[in-house]
Amino acid sequence: MAKGTMKYIGKGLEEKKEKKAHAKVYLIKDRCKGCNFCIEFCPKQVLVESKEFNIKGYYLPKLVEIPGEKECVGCGYCSFICPEFAIFAELKDEEEH
Amino acid sequence: MNRDIRDIEDRCMYMAESHPLDEYLRQDRLPHIWCTGCGCGEILTAYIESIIELKIDPDKVAVVSGIGCIGRAAGYLKFDSFHTTHGRPIPFATGLKVANPKLDVTVISGDGDLFAIGGNHIIHAARRNIEMLIICSNNFTYGMTGGQFSPTTPVDAFTTTTPYGNCEKPFNLPDLMAAAGATYVARWTSLHVRRLKDSIKEALMRKGLRFIEVLTPCPTGFGKRNKLGSAIDTAKYYQDHMVIKHDADTREVGLEDPRADFIVGKFVDIEKETYLEAKERIRSREVKK
Repeated sequence: MAKGTMKYIGKGLEEKKEKKAHAKVYLIKDRCKGCNFCIEFCPKQVLVESKEFNIKGYYLPKLVEIPGEKECVGCGYCSFICPEFAIFAELKDEEEH
Repeated sequence: MNRDIRDIEDRCMYMAESHPLDEYLRQDRLPHIWCTGCGCGEILTAYIESIIELKIDPDKVAVVSGIGCIGRAAGYLKFDSFHTTHGRPIPFATGLKVANPKLDVTVISGDGDLFAIGGNHIIHAARRNIEMLIICSNNFTYGMTGGQFSPTTPVDAFTTTTPYGNCEKPFNLPDLMAAAGATYVARWTSLHVRRLKDSIKEALMRKGLRFIEVLTPCPTGFGKRNKLGSAIDTAKYYQDHMVIKHDADTREVGLEDPRADFIVGKFVDIEKETYLEAKERIRSREVKK
């Protein structure tokens, strides 16, 4: 290995850690039927049940974002697992955060 | 996309008016009639996503469904779709494919519709190897009519027509289809939506009769009577008990005990002359004479 390669490898890793995907979670309120799949199976556990309910009386999911710990990364699993086409995530533009 | 975005501070959630997949759905029919936690919606998501990812022209997609909860799929999908009578999606799809071979024909139907009422049609379609994709949503019961036992109900399970327990052996659907001659046989659950989507994508690129069984929770019709809990409990059961085993022997993948581990994966993926290819070969041979 050439001299000084190690420090470059270390630097690359640090830079990668700082770059994290951020996403917005959208909800179509009146389509939700409260199955709680999105809350239960979110890989980052960023959703919880709220006390607010929709027109049909189902309790809606809400977002708990703790910066650095629980943040939506936009994997899109909630939109896949939602049987009602009610929730989806979109990656934020770079400028927004 | 027309979206009313309001950032509500206490909820940190963005409200939207439409979903990215809405252009593939008949929005005037939404929200759909399926119960809370039913897996039918996830099958639609996986199917639409695979059509989008493969960039298939939506005008060349035809969806046929029979009677049952999942039979409503044809009504919700904004492709050319038809909702047939009970048990007859396969004959209808066969006619569609033979008359217009350019179409990508998909049958989305349930276990009762395909294997009880339409049981003869499906084995003969597999024998002829007609080019179509069959997605079977297996919820172990007749959900729409009130939870009667179906050909896939496990032994000892309680349903409205077997109040003391079912004494009939269930069908092993992948084995039945593999034996009848299907060229692609896979099984997933409605929890594994990404894997299901990849499987549908793979199947859409193959020829011949392709069969994908999707296990879905039925908390209202089946889960309640068998103390399986809510749809979340069933989904967690899927998470804990499924074993992914590609190329498993289909004789060993039966679902006789609803509380044991079960095998999912891609079981059969072979190439075989399809019905239309055989027809074309014989026709050209006759023309040469």
